[in-house]
Amino acid sequence: MANEPAIEIRDLRKRFGSLEVLKGISLTAGQGDIVAIIGGSGSGKSTLLRCINLLERPTSGEVAIQGETYRMRASRHGDLEIADRRQVQRIRAHLGMVFQNFNLWPHRTVLENVIEVPIHVLGMKRDEAVHRAEKLLDRVGLGSKQSMYPGFMSGGQQQRAAIARVLAVDPLAMLFDEPTSALDPELVGEVLSVIRDLAAEQRTMMLVTHEMAFARDVASHVVFLREGVIEEQGPPEQIFGDPRSPHLKQFISSVA
Amino acid sequence: MTTIFDLSLLAFEPPGWGKVLLVGFLRSIELAAGGYLLGILIGIFGATGKLYGNKVVRDLLEIYTMVIRAVPELVLMLLFYYVGTDLLSRASTAMGFGSVNIDGLTAGILVIGLVQGGYATEVIRGAILAIPRGQIEAAHAFGMPPSKVLRRVTLPAMTPHALPGMANLWMIATKDTALLAVIGFSELTLVTRQAAGATQSYIMFFLAAGVLYLALTLVSNLALRRFERYARRGLVSAR
Ligand SMILES: Nc1ncnc2c1ncn2[C@@H]1O[C@H](COP(=O)(O)OP(=O)(O)OP(=O)(O)O)[C@@H](O)[C@H]1O
Ligand SMILES: [Mg+2]
Repeated sequence: MANEPAIEIRDLRKRFGSLEVLKGISLTAGQGDIVAIIGGSGSGKSTLLRCINLLERPTSGEVAIQGETYRMRASRHGDLEIADRRQVQRIRAHLGMVFQNFNLWPHRTVLENVIEVPIHVLGMKRDEAVHRAEKLLDRVGLGSKQSMYPGFMSGGQQQRAAIARVLAVDPLAMLFDEPTSALDPELVGEVLSVIRDLAAEQRTMMLVTHEMAFARDVASHVVFLREGVIEEQGPPEQIFGDPRSPHLKQFISSVA
Repeated sequence: MTTIFDLSLLAFEPPGWGKVLLVGFLRSIELAAGGYLLGILIGIFGATGKLYGNKVVRDLLEIYTMVIRAVPELVLMLLFYYVGTDLLSRASTAMGFGSVNIDGLTAGILVIGLVQGGYATEVIRGAILAIPRGQIEAAHAFGMPPSKVLRRVTLPAMTPHALPGMANLWMIATKDTALLAVIGFSELTLVTRQAAGATQSYIMFFLAAGVLYLALTLVSNLALRRFERYARRGLVSAR
């Protein structure tokens, strides 16, 4: 169990109509790995990440979380469909996703956002959920904001709340889809420093990002995606220090 | 002149008609409230059916909302009332229960509810579509079961978007009760006509009825505004 990879993706393909967005991706994140996914716009980074918790249904291929493969079956419209809804719900409850646009629930306060899943999905007692949520909010620097509604907070605060909401489920792995892209430049740092903190704890993460310096700094493994295939991957020193593919070279120099 | 504005005719005890009017008014409120709540229920099922249901469900609901919105309410009400009661009593005779008499209030609520449901389905459907999709997606991403996503995320998040339309529907419900006078429900409009006819004080009684309808609207407006403030608690208004 402990040796199972946290996330294992095998020959994943995804098409939208006639557009093939992922063309056979195989990728593994071991326990405590921090995998950064980089690549140009439209290269399929978000789609790949969203296939891991089945927000997007693959066209073919397999995804396993902690050694457990999603049970899928063929559907009429070409993509796979979920064969066992309960299995998917059970696995999803332990995969936290942080979205580019935060996606907090606006009708709930920050605290209510953080205790929602522990109480209503994991069946935790309210007292315990609140107690844990308060600690997590302190940790992301929002201890004094817990009764605010997210809509009235800055983007950086909202994203930190969203990270606390994910931490509240004690996730097996955390999925980040460009967590700082919607933020004003001066707010990027506060969110990155929270993520850096989590990385230092050896939490398994898959992180789509345009922050190259950050990826280089925290990632244990970097994946360069281009037109739906992994064009190059390796440790950050190699990807950023000694890129082989001309496309990767060009990509790195264009964003640096 | 005294015959037109003889206020003693509004006295609570007979020969005043005050009590009759008030009972009719309460009856109207009961009809409107019952029909409105039924309409909201139908609307929630209708909207989710239209958005998430299979083809058969979607087509049936499309026909329902189309008919409701195309045919005049009075015609619908007569149709639902006569066809509905007829079908019900036939069904109960066929099943050996003998003929039933569904009471007027239930029938009226059903009739108003069915009409309201058609409009509510569209209002709620539009409101659900106005929710940024990421909020619902986030709930799914955390493994929340679909029924809980609906109750804990979709419905509360759509409420502020649905409220203006639903508030209109409430006003329409209160006034639609008057249409039921045609079928013989003793709601406010019918008893007002009776009182006016018996006393020949038409102007006074219809003014009185108008004041009662107006009072209901004003009170409802206050309540709706409070509820709107609550429903929008997390939203930053762009004004
Ligand atoms: N639901 C969808 N329907 C149709 N096409 C889609 C859908 N989602 C994504 N695509 C297409 O798939 C391709 C990959 O999209 P994806 O969002 O995965 O790219 P990305 O690498 O995350 O890009 P970005 O850096 O801009 O976020 C794009 O061409 C996009 O237009
Ligand atoms: Mg993306």
